[in-house]
Amino acid sequence: MSTTSHTASRPVTDLAAMRARGARRGRTDRIITALSLLATAIGLFFLASILLTLFWRGLAAMDLTIFTTEFRPTRYGDESLPKGGLLHAIVGSLIQVAIGTGIGTPIGLLVGTYLAEYAQRTALGNAVRFVSDILLSAPSILIGLFIYQLVVLPMGAFSGLAGALALAIIVIPVVVRTTEDMLSLIPNTLREAVIGLGAPKWKMITLVGYRAALSGIVTGVLLAIARIAGETAPLLLTSFGNSVTSTDLTRAMASLPIAIYQQANSGFPDLIEIAWSAALLVTLGVLAINIIARVALRKKH
Amino acid sequence: MSDIALGAPAAPATGRRKTAGSFGDRLFAGLCLSAGILVLLTLGGIIVTLFIGGLPAFRHFGLDFLISTRWDPVEGREEFGAFVSVFGTVITSVLAIIFAVPVAFGIAYFLTELAPQWLRRPVGIAIELLAAIPSIIYGMWGLFVLVPFVQMNIQLTFGEALGAIPLVGFLFASNSFAGTSIFTASLVLAIMILPFIAATMRDVFEQVPPVYKESAYGLGATRWEVVRGVVVPYTRISVVGGIMLGLGRALGETMAVTFVIGNANRMPTSIFDPSTTIASVIAMEFPESLAGSLQQSALFAIGFLLFVISFVVLATSRWLLRSRLKG
Repeated sequence: MSTTSHTASRPVTDLAAMRARGARRGRTDRIITALSLLATAIGLFFLASILLTLFWRGLAAMDLTIFTTEFRPTRYGDESLPKGGLLHAIVGSLIQVAIGTGIGTPIGLLVGTYLAEYAQRTALGNAVRFVSDILLSAPSILIGLFIYQLVVLPMGAFSGLAGALALAIIVIPVVVRTTEDMLSLIPNTLREAVIGLGAPKWKMITLVGYRAALSGIVTGVLLAIARIAGETAPLLLTSFGNSVTSTDLTRAMASLPIAIYQQANSGFPDLIEIAWSAALLVTLGVLAINIIARVALRKKH
Repeated sequence: MSDIALGAPAAPATGRRKTAGSFGDRLFAGLCLSAGILVLLTLGGIIVTLFIGGLPAFRHFGLDFLISTRWDPVEGREEFGAFVSVFGTVITSVLAIIFAVPVAFGIAYFLTELAPQWLRRPVGIAIELLAAIPSIIYGMWGLFVLVPFVQMNIQLTFGEALGAIPLVGFLFASNSFAGTSIFTASLVLAIMILPFIAATMRDVFEQVPPVYKESAYGLGATRWEVVRGVVVPYTRISVVGGIMLGLGRALGETMAVTFVIGNANRMPTSIFDPSTTIASVIAMEFPESLAGSLQQSALFAIGFLLFVISFVVLATSRWLLRSRLKG
């Protein structure tokens, strides 16, 4: 402290003190560098730990029956019983994710278009942008409660449709964000050129704007799919889960995340093994979609 | 154009085209506007349904609902108070921030100052992939890997020693040795929000004009001195915004916490005690609650509280990050 104030007031003439101070500054810098490397190593360590655990425990029960049979009660204590699988959950997840994406994408696309092309600086536009950002990070379980009130109670039962609608609400803000960002990157000269040719604004947006922003929009949709493929909490309150394969949208429907939740907490080693396989499937799917999305975006820019 | 060249009357032609174009334009603009309003209605709908759902509980318990630590869903003696779950939600999220921020800063420092160009992208992507892993996977990994680790290597080793410290020792001494605790839940949350905070810090650090940093380097500053003296002061507000974003995420996290917190709806005294959060109470009890019951209403009521808390945090985060959003 005293050294600092001393040097601040007049140039240091004592060479030894100056050297000591330089050495101390260098040492601090090296310590911070080491801590920073440690922090990065910690982050990478957790990623590696999760992935290795998933492969190690998930591959143990991974075989063809996982994809061809539905849920079976535990074989614990009686190995002669048939081995269960995840067919019911895979089918349920595919249906709900597909419908959720199908409903959420066009709405998100239109909202993103509204923000980028119609309401850049208006009060309503700012409100929509703000609310969409809040929805992007809002607790997903609350979306489950909302759909429960809105769909499950009036229908009188948990249903695949309710699950898909909850997922759609999660898709919308993800697509809004990327669509708006990508449309905003399009140079105005391109818009002026199209309008100058006499095209109406909607044709300018749909035929030229969307085409120019395509890779970004596709990335947004892929990221949204990756996000909802692992969503559990809202499905717990909407499609609830099912132990048989069901494609009926008006009844409770299974999904991979719910199957993981139920079987991981079952306490039976064989069911927990199947839960690990489900976890491996979900994670590989989600990470693969993420990497594809990044590659798709990188090619363009 | 061709109409005029052919000598056909120009006025009706342009008139017709204008109508066709403007009809399409009005339709498309209307669609976009309605989609935007739908987003507003969705958030409004969430607030209203949570509040209406929770109204019977708010009416029945009054202000006691907020301060009562009792939560008893057993039929005949139902009593519901939000304090334990609100406390659990806040304390796990705050601890998670305390664990995550220094590590996130270290990662951002590495990615913007230390790493060679060829390493930045792969390491950045790896950290971002951590954000892509679903909550339920963190829950399962937490339950089967982290819980035994905390139980054997942290609580048994440090819990005893720290528990002996006078005055604050009780914070670390616990009768529960299950490994499912506030501490474990905070640790899992910290790992989950780490990539969000690190990515925000990296992005804003990169926006510092190079000329500022170069001036500091030119004066002989070390890398750390440049970051401490130039980068951090320049980006402080956005960094706090990023931390608030992480906090907002942590508050509403459900599955990962449900797996590792022990789900005990009683007031914890130590960070190694099991507890619960709003989101886990809802996940654990809602699927089994009866439609229209007081229990279900109480669950809606705490859902409403969670919404209010996370809305305030997320709105603050966005307000702090607004300069970055514009830039």
